[in-house]
Amino acid sequence: MWLHVGRAFHQLNQRRCVLTSKAVCVRQLHSGGFTDSCYDGLYPGHIHTTPIQKALLAAGSGVAALQDPYRHDMVAVLGETTGHLALINLRDRMRNDPEGYTILTERPRIRLSTLDLSKMASLPDGSLGREYLRFLEDNHVTPDSRADVKFVDNEELAYVMQRYREVHDLLHTLLGMPTNMLGEVAVKWFEAAQTGLPMCALGAVLGPLRLNARRLQSLFTSLGPWALQSGWRSRCILSIFYERRWEQSLEDLRQELNIEPPPVILSATNKSSA
Amino acid sequence: MATSVRLLVRRAIRLSYRNTSVSAAGAAGRSACCWKPSPCRCFSDAAADRSTHFGFETVPETEKAKRVYKVFENVAQKYDVMNDAMSLGIHRVWKDMLLHAMHPQPGVRLLDVAGGTGDIAFRFLEYVRSQQERHSRRAARSMQTPSWQDISNSYTTEDEDVPKESRAVVCDINKEMLRVGKQKADSMGISAGLSWVVGDAEELPFDDDQFDIYTIAFGIRNVTRIDQALQEALRVLKPGGRFMCLEFSKVTNPVLAKLYDTYSFQMIPVLGEVIAGDWKSYQYLVESIRKFPDQEEFKRMIEDAGFYCVQYYNFTAGVVALHSGFKL
Repeated sequence: MWLHVGRAFHQLNQRRCVLTSKAVCVRQLHSGGFTDSCYDGLYPGHIHTTPIQKALLAAGSGVAALQDPYRHDMVAVLGETTGHLALINLRDRMRNDPEGYTILTERPRIRLSTLDLSKMASLPDGSLGREYLRFLEDNHVTPDSRADVKFVDNEELAYVMQRYREVHDLLHTLLGMPTNMLGEVAVKWFEAAQTGLPMCALGAVLGPLRLNARRLQSLFTSLGPWALQSGWRSRCILSIFYERRWEQSLEDLRQELNIEPPPVILSATNKSSA
Repeated sequence: MATSVRLLVRRAIRLSYRNTSVSAAGAAGRSACCWKPSPCRCFSDAAADRSTHFGFETVPETEKAKRVYKVFENVAQKYDVMNDAMSLGIHRVWKDMLLHAMHPQPGVRLLDVAGGTGDIAFRFLEYVRSQQERHSRRAARSMQTPSWQDISNSYTTEDEDVPKESRAVVCDINKEMLRVGKQKADSMGISAGLSWVVGDAEELPFDDDQFDIYTIAFGIRNVTRIDQALQEALRVLKPGGRFMCLEFSKVTNPVLAKLYDTYSFQMIPVLGEVIAGDWKSYQYLVESIRKFPDQEEFKRMIEDAGFYCVQYYNFTAGVVALHSGFKL
């Protein structure tokens, strides 16, 4: 038995040596900069992790996220370390959809630098671009606050994960949900039904624990079932090339995706007790 | 895509040239470069001909200090929490053992370099204060039944009884770490005899022969030129002063070494990511421990700098070593 333990340690160390020597090789060829220009993984920001480390990260980030749900980086790490199978599923769905396939090849990113804000502000009310901008302003969020993917060991899957994170705000707009606790839980239920990511499922189950009775009732009677059904019925939301659809009307897009309009209108100023 | 490959190839060949050529001053180095000057930023550090290690990475010497600064700037807020988590609280025992080995008496001046969040300085002040108390208690007890001669003597020699003031100076290159240390001092209510100075261990902002004790705890492996730091230590110490260095070192037992390696490389970056949100800084930490010389070699370096009676003590089977030397 100890022989196996010793061998396992030896393998771990060898793997570590291989990883670090690979890292040294690539790093020696690049100049300075801790993160930007020099990366020794499959994509900028990639960090190699062994299965043990992934398990520890999943457990640790889960606990940290539960203790402080505002630690977005921990939620992100939890998603990356537990979402391998779901990401493969999502990627295959995107490949089978013509628009999704275009996204996978062109790899668009939603950032303030790539959005033409003045043009979007000039679009008519009710269009996707205008409503998205209104959502960003009302809730004081920005698309640049999404953490980069670090622990996914496949370049394409890392992009799928990044796209999922960047599309999250657009989902809020599509579903008409603000960023308070109730709105976030509703979006999480939708995402759990849509993507099957374990992190979303965990958030969907544990999020309601922080809601007061009135909101819980609203969640379970109207918002929740609506979110779940929309999630199941909807087309894959990652396969939509939002950047080319800013002028499209929101109602139009909802119909195309099989999403019903929200049963309850929640306002952005409705900050619930956490 | 082709241009970046060409740049990579050029850089690789240039690196191999750099290793074989004599390290010269910046201008000479640049003129020795065979490639025509291209507007490429990877040639801009031609002046740094010497390279050193940053964890397992090789970087020019000029860059190491900057990167170490950035690491500690990032981790300063969570530094103490992470120390407790990574060492399971044992780092407190190590620091207490340093103080016991030091056994400072009241009136001593301490310089704690790379003292950052002030752990050693606080312990020093506490130790000296309790020593002072013990002395005054002992004096009071022995003077319970004084003779008339003793009483008249004590009236004349009262000014000699002023408690000797010990002073601790915390010096660190990183302002963020000092800030955290100051906050800790304020919250603990410690202010007497404590000062905070920004300074580089390779070039201390103090005169010669100033301090009785020089300590550097878990800081010397981050210094770019360790020999320079040792020489500065020799300079600022008074004759008879003591140099004490607490640092991670080589574990002698091979089984424990394997366990320690596994724990370091598997657990610690994960802890860094979960608690401090910074994987890379803690990856640097465990790598820099591996690049530091072992107990015997470091002892030789200290002797070379000019210290006498250099000894080392292993703590926790060699995970940490305390090196001590005297300036005579």
